[in-house]
Amino acid sequence: MTQGEIVAGCLAPHPPHLVYAENPPQNEPVAEGGWEQLRWGYERLRDSLKDVEYDAIVLLSPHWQTYVGTHFLGLPNFKSLSVDPVFPNLFRYHYDLNIDVDLTSKIHDKAAKAGLTVKMMENPDFRVDYGTITTGHMFNPAWDKPLVVISSNRSRDYYSVEVMQEMMIELGKVTREAILESGKKVVVIASNSLSHRHFTTESAIPEDMSKEHITSHAMHLWDMRMINYFRTGQAQRILDEMPEFTEQAIAESDGGGLSWLLSTLDTPSYPATLHGYGTIIGTGNAIVEWPERDHKEAKQ
Amino acid sequence: MTEGSIVGSFIVPVHPHTVLAPEQNEGWQRLRDAFDEAAQRIKDADADLLIIYSTTWPSIIGHQIQADPNPEWVMVDNDFHDLGSIPYSFNIDADFAHAWNVANEKRGLKSRTVNYTGFPIDVGSVVALKLLNPDNAIPAVIVSSNVYANRSETTVLAKSCLDVIKATGRKAVAITAMSLSNRMFTAPIDPKDDRIHSLKDDEWNRKILEFLGEGRLEDVGQLSRTIHQQIRVQKVVAFKPMWWLSGMNDNRNNLSGEVLAYEAIHGAGGAVVHLDPTPSGAGDKEYDEDDVEFFSGERNVLDAEEEHELIEDSVAPTSSGPELWEPTTGEHSVNSEAAPKPVGMYPHARKVGDLLYLSGVGPRQPGTNAIPGGPICDENGQALDYDIKAQTKAVVDNITRILEEAGGSIEDVLDVTSFLVDMDRDFSGYNEVWAETLGKVGPTRTTLAIRALPTPIAVEMKVIARAPTTE
Repeated sequence: MTQGEIVAGCLAPHPPHLVYAENPPQNEPVAEGGWEQLRWGYERLRDSLKDVEYDAIVLLSPHWQTYVGTHFLGLPNFKSLSVDPVFPNLFRYHYDLNIDVDLTSKIHDKAAKAGLTVKMMENPDFRVDYGTITTGHMFNPAWDKPLVVISSNRSRDYYSVEVMQEMMIELGKVTREAILESGKKVVVIASNSLSHRHFTTESAIPEDMSKEHITSHAMHLWDMRMINYFRTGQAQRILDEMPEFTEQAIAESDGGGLSWLLSTLDTPSYPATLHGYGTIIGTGNAIVEWPERDHKEAKQ
Repeated sequence: MTEGSIVGSFIVPVHPHTVLAPEQNEGWQRLRDAFDEAAQRIKDADADLLIIYSTTWPSIIGHQIQADPNPEWVMVDNDFHDLGSIPYSFNIDADFAHAWNVANEKRGLKSRTVNYTGFPIDVGSVVALKLLNPDNAIPAVIVSSNVYANRSETTVLAKSCLDVIKATGRKAVAITAMSLSNRMFTAPIDPKDDRIHSLKDDEWNRKILEFLGEGRLEDVGQLSRTIHQQIRVQKVVAFKPMWWLSGMNDNRNNLSGEVLAYEAIHGAGGAVVHLDPTPSGAGDKEYDEDDVEFFSGERNVLDAEEEHELIEDSVAPTSSGPELWEPTTGEHSVNSEAAPKPVGMYPHARKVGDLLYLSGVGPRQPGTNAIPGGPICDENGQALDYDIKAQTKAVVDNITRILEEAGGSIEDVLDVTSFLVDMDRDFSGYNEVWAETLGKVGPTRTTLAIRALPTPIAVEMKVIARAPTTE
């Protein structure tokens, strides 16, 4: 069997505002646009991958939060209505997504063998979290690729960023191994933002861009520091500084997605492509692609 | 109409085991039995409203209040999805939800109602309503737990809820859906092996329950931050449900408490506790934090002009009031940026010899001109309900700021002349705040009834203070 391949790794944040602003038919609320810098960033990401063949998307969402290990969606299809409990005025999305159960099982089994606590989620009534759906939609609006959906194990809350990273780096390694052994071509995605301090008020028109900006200069500095590391191939420094970044920027990397992503990519030393950066209700969001397909030599 | 009140309060655990699998563990079954007992007590109390503060419904944009009259769906827990699904169809009091939302705004809080088909009711609320109100006979209201809220915001949230309960004559039951210690086992366990995650968590839980069993709810509220540091996973700010529940009970410490059950649920501390408002005769409390009436924290971070206007319109109709002036800056004048602007050409204070003479000080807030406790009338002169205690406290705070600007403190106050626009209505509340503040300093005092003040406020004070010595 041909060896599988990770064709790209992506940081692809999930604020529901982006789907809201796109006005897709699946979402009930209607917007007058907004957050264009990030939506155009997603356009550039999609364009970058439009000629790249792949079989599945493996996605870790910080909004399926589990405390008893890491969980995986384990049924072939999920179809329902997702209402964001925080921004129900913006996101009420009718989803219909397919799961690559075979690849999911391979990752699950390898993780279990590596000593991680894992569980398959096989309850048909389960509602998929809005983070998965938002990133899934913005990355692939056609929904024509099956997904592997991984929960965010809140080990950072229980222990520390260091323990979280240890677990997520291990999960990333086994994810990579399972993909390579599967013979499939895969895109891996971490669905998290960067700095994550929200405004606690919402303007009368949520998409009023005159009200949108980062919550503080300190958050901006942290975001730019991380983006500089992305663009200069310094993934190891990101991992090294993850405790400080997570604490000081109240970063959504606390969910483990970014550490897991960098581990699946074998801690890349080549530059990533920044497709877009913008703020959403004060939080910092970057759309970033690591084009692993172009850097196979680094993995020889 | 009789004034409404809280007829009982309950603390209940959030995880779905008590609904879906009580038979798998003796402790889970005891919690389930306690839920059933609590449901019966709620019926016996003739309650007509259940109000749930749920720690498993986090929010960011202020607090959210469920206002769908009949939310229906199937709930599956993020972690314990293998236990099964919980279909629900609840009876929500949408009118109360809307009234609470309005009351929140009046007390300076951001909140909003939510009414959307398919809105995911959180696991804590689903478990509580399924077991405490199995036949949906009693209408309910659910409020979220704001991830950024701290004590003052959470306390004021309770007070605005009480405003509506009292005004609508409801016999309400206050419920917090919460764990005590919330550290679960991070791996699956055999149900029969369930226990509290650690001895330390168990000891803290038992101490909390000892307090609650004695009806010392406010004491638990006062310990909230300590409890959070000791036995809570650090993912949210503080052990805040106890602040809310204590606020719902007027921050009392002499309730009649009873622990109906205490058990582990996958390592977390789960308890069903009943707090009856009947005074227990328990000891007094050590009350070491402000009793907040109005939330004026930094929440308007968007800094939108229309939002400032909205606040001013709702709490301080100064557009119809007198023009505001910059304080004059003559010789020996003392003025403070932290005090409200004058309504005429005068300074905040003037130093003469060893004395400071303050211009009349009201409760208006510097910057926003808002009136804590609300104005006494709207811009058309129609009388409004207002809180004299909040206004009086704000007056004392403004006096303090001016004296501090002069280099002194509230301890320097020597003589006060107070003006009330409604002596019959307000003297008692004014006097109560006085006793807690200036009364402890000991100035002489004269209180006069007058017809009106220049702005829609109920109280103003004229102060003479000792001037701080200068080198």
